[in-house]
Amino acid sequence: MSDGWKIIAGLIIVIGLVTFPFYANFGKTVELPSTLEADPGEMHLGDIPLVNMRSEHMQLLNRWREEVVREDERYIMFDGDEYEKSLQNGCLSCHEKEDFCTKCHTFVGVRPYCWDCHIGM
Amino acid sequence: MSMDRRDFLKLAGASTLVGLGGLSVFDGFVKDGALASQAHTAPGASAGKRLAMVIDVSKFKSPDDYKRVSYACHSIHNVPSIDNLKHEIKWIWTDTYEHVFPGQADQYMAENIMRLPFPVLCNHCAKPPCVRVCPTKATFKRKSDGVVMMDYHRCIGCRFCMAACPFGARSFNWTDPRPYIRKLNTSFPTRTKGVVEKCNFCAERLSAGLQPACVEASNGALVFGDLHDPSSEVREILSSRYAIRRKPNLGTGPSIYYVIGGNEHA
Ligand code: SF4
Ligand code: SF4
Repeated sequence: MSDGWKIIAGLIIVIGLVTFPFYANFGKTVELPSTLEADPGEMHLGDIPLVNMRSEHMQLLNRWREEVVREDERYIMFDGDEYEKSLQNGCLSCHEKEDFCTKCHTFVGVRPYCWDCHIGM
Repeated sequence: MSMDRRDFLKLAGASTLVGLGGLSVFDGFVKDGALASQAHTAPGASAGKRLAMVIDVSKFKSPDDYKRVSYACHSIHNVPSIDNLKHEIKWIWTDTYEHVFPGQADQYMAENIMRLPFPVLCNHCAKPPCVRVCPTKATFKRKSDGVVMMDYHRCIGCRFCMAACPFGARSFNWTDPRPYIRKLNTSFPTRTKGVVEKCNFCAERLSAGLQPACVEASNGALVFGDLHDPSSEVREILSSRYAIRRKPNLGTGPSIYYVIGGNEHA
């Protein structure tokens, strides 16, 4: 067992690498993005309750995409108003991308590729 | 039991054949049946519209007329202008008679026709081979009006469709197109690196009750309408003028017609 120290050293390095993300971020305070303060009864466009938009907007967007591209159903009625089922002509005509999309996506560390094609001004 | 080794093997062999072979042969029949029925019901041949375009080449008088038409399309659809011919993206462009109608050129043909640029775009074929080969159904044909559309979200960039299209109507994004877009139209998306793109017959404008942008910019040289409507302008032209389509012998059923006309004989 004269090589034992090599194994121990190797293990320490591996454990160090694997746990790197933990101690690199330890003690840091990360600012939570402002929550969607929604009334549980309130609906957003497209029949997803406003309180669930954060977890389910991807499903909504997927459904809109099928409806627009495949069925040519491009508009949605909500509260007597007509809205376009579109990121750039719909969502972003009321919301601001930086605040509405980017903040949360950065916080949870996802990089959706919506903006590779859709234009977020 | 009185089964010798030889009989046992025979029996085993036979049951394997029935079990595996039989099944797969049966499968084959079923699949052939499905393919055969597919071949008979051409998509778009059903009820509903069949949108088409008639291009009267004699109405293009100057290079500007061509430019105006392709600019109208490329500017609203965020089509990049890439100079490298290998990376070029085009939805509507021009080519020579020889290339547009191969096999129909003739050495004694009127020289003005041989030299005339012909506008070309996706033919929105009645039986589009690009749709048949797409493994993800990113390319599909709209049942309601026959427009051959793409869902860029689903395109995996395999380029089968480019190999299948006999008209070179499709372009592939080898690089991010954004830096090459002269002036961004912020109400229409761009494409991204790794997807195929082509003319969409201005689906977004049709949906708003408008004509395709190229038609609008053409001063009457391009006429757009429904082939299934006998009183449509396209049908009126086709019933009175001689018009040809690209490579009709391939059976894809192009929906773009060309009226050649030629010079009013000087
Ligand atoms: S012209 Fe090419 S891309 Fe267009 S529908 Fe026909 S086969 Fe498909
Ligand atoms: S490149 Fe895209 S559109 Fe063409 S066949 Fe492949 S997945 Fe379909």
